[in-house]
Parts: sequence; C-alpha cells; structure tokens
Amino acid sequence: MGRIAALTRNPVMIALVASLAIAGCASKKTPNSAADLGLSGAGAATPGSAQDFTVNIGDRIFFDTDSSSIRADAQTTLSRQAQWLNQYRQYAIVIEGHADERGTREYNLALGARRAAATRDFLVARGVSAQRLKTISYGKERPVAVCDDISCWSQNRRAVTTLGGAGS
Amino acid sequence: MKSILKPLLMIVAMALGMTAAATLPARALVELNVNKGNVEPLPIAITDFQGGDALGAEISGIVSADLKRSGLFAPIDKSAFIEKISNPDATPRFEDWKVINAQALVTGSVSKEADGRVRAQYRLWDTFAGQQMSGEQFFANDANTRRVAHIIADAIYERLTGEKGYFDTRVVFIDESGAKNARKKRLAIMDQDGANVRYLSDGRSIVLTPRFSPNRQEITYMSYESGQPKVYLLQIETGQRELVGDFPGMTFAPRFSPDGQKVIMSLLRDDGNSNIFAMDLRSRSTTRLTNSTAIDTSPSYSPDGSKVVFTSDRGGRAQIYVMGADGSGQTRISFGDGVYSTPVWSPRGDLIAFTKQTAGEFQIGVMRVDGSGERILSTGFQQEGPTWAPNGRVLMFFRDSAGGPKLVSVDLTGRNEQSIPTANFASDPAWSPLLE
Repeated sequence: MGRIAALTRNPVMIALVASLAIAGCASKKTPNSAADLGLSGAGAATPGSAQDFTVNIGDRIFFDTDSSSIRADAQTTLSRQAQWLNQYRQYAIVIEGHADERGTREYNLALGARRAAATRDFLVARGVSAQRLKTISYGKERPVAVCDDISCWSQNRRAVTTLGGAGS
Repeated sequence: MKSILKPLLMIVAMALGMTAAATLPARALVELNVNKGNVEPLPIAITDFQGGDALGAEISGIVSADLKRSGLFAPIDKSAFIEKISNPDATPRFEDWKVINAQALVTGSVSKEADGRVRAQYRLWDTFAGQQMSGEQFFANDANTRRVAHIIADAIYERLTGEKGYFDTRVVFIDESGAKNARKKRLAIMDQDGANVRYLSDGRSIVLTPRFSPNRQEITYMSYESGQPKVYLLQIETGQRELVGDFPGMTFAPRFSPDGQKVIMSLLRDDGNSNIFAMDLRSRSTTRLTNSTAIDTSPSYSPDGSKVVFTSDRGGRAQIYVMGADGSGQTRISFGDGVYSTPVWSPRGDLIAFTKQTAGEFQIGVMRVDGSGERILSTGFQQEGPTWAPNGRVLMFFRDSAGGPKLVSVDLTGRNEQSIPTANFASDPAWSPLLE
C-alpha cells in the first residue's frame, strides 16, 4: 500500500508498476498492458483526451480488502481526476466498482457497488456534477489481474473512472 | 427454443404386482439408516435391463451411477454376477446373489410400445429376505430415456433409505469459457449428473446467479444485458424474458419464495449500500425488508415462507442473519471465527448452508437455523455458493481450481464429495425441485 501511495504522484510510474506487477503473475494474459494504459503515447496525449486522462491523471484507484474507504493515495488520484473532469466537461462518466475474487459473488457485487458510490461521492464533493456520474458494479466478474495471489487481488480491488461510458 | 421440460411429462407410473416370493412370511427388509453418522454403502446388484438393445444396459448404467454417486450404495461389478437374468419378472435365485453379498438386487426390462412410447419396468429384490421390495413400470416419450433411469434410481433410493431421492432433477448454472479476464458467461441447464446440457443465453452479456422457481418452469437470474445489472425472469420453455421490477439501481441476488409468487432480491441504494426487497410477481408490488446502511444480500426463504435468512455486514464483516418474511426481528445467527455469506435454507427446513471464509480458505458448511451446531463439510482455497438437493441431503457448490470454477457436490456427512462433469468451467449451480 505504502509503495503505491508513494508513487501516485507520478502516474506514469504507477502505470509501469501496475503492468510490471501483472507481468509478475506468471505469464498469464495481461489485459492491463502498457498499451492499454496508453503508455505508448504518453508524451503525445492530447490534453483533454481520454488518453490524457488515463495516462496523466490516472483512471483508477485501489482499495483495501473488503473496504470501500478512499485511501490517502486514492484521494490524491481522485482530486486530480476531479480537477480534470471539471476542466473538460464534455465527458459523461461511468465509475466501475470492482472486487477481488476473495469474496462470494453476490457480496462482491454489493462491495463493488459500494466502492463505485464512494468514488462518485468523493468526485461530487470535489465539484464534479452528480448529473455526469453513473456507477456500475462488476463485482469480481472483471478482474484485470488474473493470478492467485495478493499482488493481483490488490489490483482487482479497484474503481475505474471511465469517460463517455466506455468500458475498461 | 426446444422444449426441455415437457417431453417426459407423460411418464406414468404403475405398481408391478408382487411375484410369488412376495407371499413369503414377512421378514425384516434391507434398509439403510441414513441418519447414522457413518453409513456403510449398501452392496447392490443392478442387472442390465432386458430388451431395447443397448437401451437396457444404458438405463441400468444410469441407475447404477446415480446410486453410486449418492455415496449410500456400492453397485457390484457386473462381472461378479453368477445368475444371468433372462426373465426380469421371475423370482431370482437369491442364493446366487447372496454369495456375492448383494443385499439388494435390481432387475428390469425396457421395450418400445406400438405407439412409440418407451416402457420401462424394474423390480427391487431383498436377497437375504428373499422377496420383492418394490416394482413399478413407466411409460415415457422416447425423447429422454435418461429421465426414466433417474426416476427408477429415485424409486430405489427411496425404498431403501426411506428418504426422497434427488436424481430426477436439473441444475441451472453459469457456463464459463475463455480467459479469466474475459470470461464468457452463459446461462445453462443440465440434468443433475451433468448430462443433457442446454444453453439458455448466448454469452453476449454477463449473467449470474440463476435460481429455479418452485414450479420448475422459470429461472430468475441477474444479467448485464441492459447495461445496468438487473434481475430477470426467464421462462425456460419459451425463452421469454422479463425484467423483475422497475428499480432505479442495480438489482441482484434474486431467489423465489417457496410458493413461487415472489422474488426476493437486493436493491442497491444511492448511498452504495444494498437492502433486501421482495416483489410480488402478480401484483408487482414491492416490500422493503431491510433498511440498513450496510450490505444486506443473498436472501433465502425458509421452506414454509415465514422467514428469510440473509447476509449482512452491518456488524462490521459479513455474517448471517434471520428475519421474519416481513422484515421483523432481524437477528444475527453466525458467530464463528470468519466471514459468512451465501446462506441457503434447506428444503427440509432444518439447516442453513453457507460459505465461510476463514484463515485464507473458503468453506462450505451447515448450521441449524438458530446458528448452533455449525459443521464444515468442505474446505478449499476458493469455493462458494451451495445449493441444496431437493431432499436436503446433498449440496452442490462451485470450486475454483486449475484456472476456473467447476461444480462439486458433497453430502451432509462431508465424506462423499463428487465432481459434476461439465464441458467448460461452471459456477453458480442451483438445484431444481424433483421434476414432475
């Protein structure tokens, strides 16, 4: 946790750490690759573009086990998201809440929903219009990291802010 | 959609008259006491049914597999049989069966009627008492002879254990294929032994948690097809689907009431918490049962419909609670060391099955309805979601290992665990009542 917190100030670094951590999960498929995160074009991202948001702002925050509290590192990310979203008001926003696999299916649907709502509420408190924000829970049905250990579970306990309703 | 439930509804059961042996003085008949702690499987000889070419052997094979998987019977290898049954209606040479320790013997025949129906009959013999215990014949459409075999297995199970069987049943589940981060999930239905799989959705949307209606004709489940995850009702026969209720947020964790008139489920609140509602399917009226700033989910009715068991994290972590069907008297019943979820009330009413997470593992267990007498039946790295066989003796759940979930059953002793064969990964099993 502390490691991620320290790195959140540099979104490119955190993206790299995320993809490295996934690569560490044996050699299984890594959906959350550098390309998915827009790293390839990081320097060239047009300000105000979805790529700009994902790469330079950071589209996701992470949670502790069975918790929907917004951690300090996540607050930093969400504050940055709010600032960006308030600057670029053309986007409708869907916040996806996700859980790791270490819970039962129905409970994790509820937990993912709670995480999405906590994320939404934080953004609203930072001035983002509630009218622009929708939430959806995927429970544990959409993991990005697919190994069976703690490093993967921590990446799956997430809320992802998606622009224009695009899925992640 | 191809008709799934209708073809066998023409089954007609008729008692077969006893043979001469039945007139012998009554003696204590072979009987299994399934309430004993450790049941020794009963040695039983199941002969190939006569006639019908390969069909006879197929039927006896299915009967044998059903009984064996129950853990209560030990079918004897056919190569050990001494008497070759040529007339399944004639009294067998009991000495020949006693000497191979067959305490019970099944004979039978199968034939095609002029009208195209299949006629199957069986006789169950007590070899040591030297008499017939039961005999019935069935007429069925040709479409699903496996069902005839399951019905015969149920009859034998019931005659020998005194309990209803559970072989003539189906299971709805989620068929899962593809990589873990891009799983295709499809609604599917199959016989309880894994045969006759049919798909009820195309896999374009995530579908989860299907549950059978008491009338066996409908399934309630959750789908992402509209974008927002919602609870739906599906008519198995016609494929007709409808949304359950007109709620603003996510609805999930549905289950039917025992009379089939209501669906109980969780509704997401705007504050991110989830409460339990029941919707009357006729009047469409909804009733709120819980109103907590917590996660309240996985509701399951008691078989008499008077109570509801559910999961809530209102006390910090997820635990099991019981309340009246009107939401009254919400009381926590789980107090063990761990996190409890997915409670399901036994069809007999005596037990609640659950998933418990403790010490980094997932356990399937049962407790009495007041929370006492907790017993763990199965422990694994990742497993969850028990569903009861209609006789309340066996649970099915799903276990994640080797890259994805598969279905497993375990009986109430915890000693008889069986995997249910499925072509792909499989999760969220829900057992039907006995078919009719």
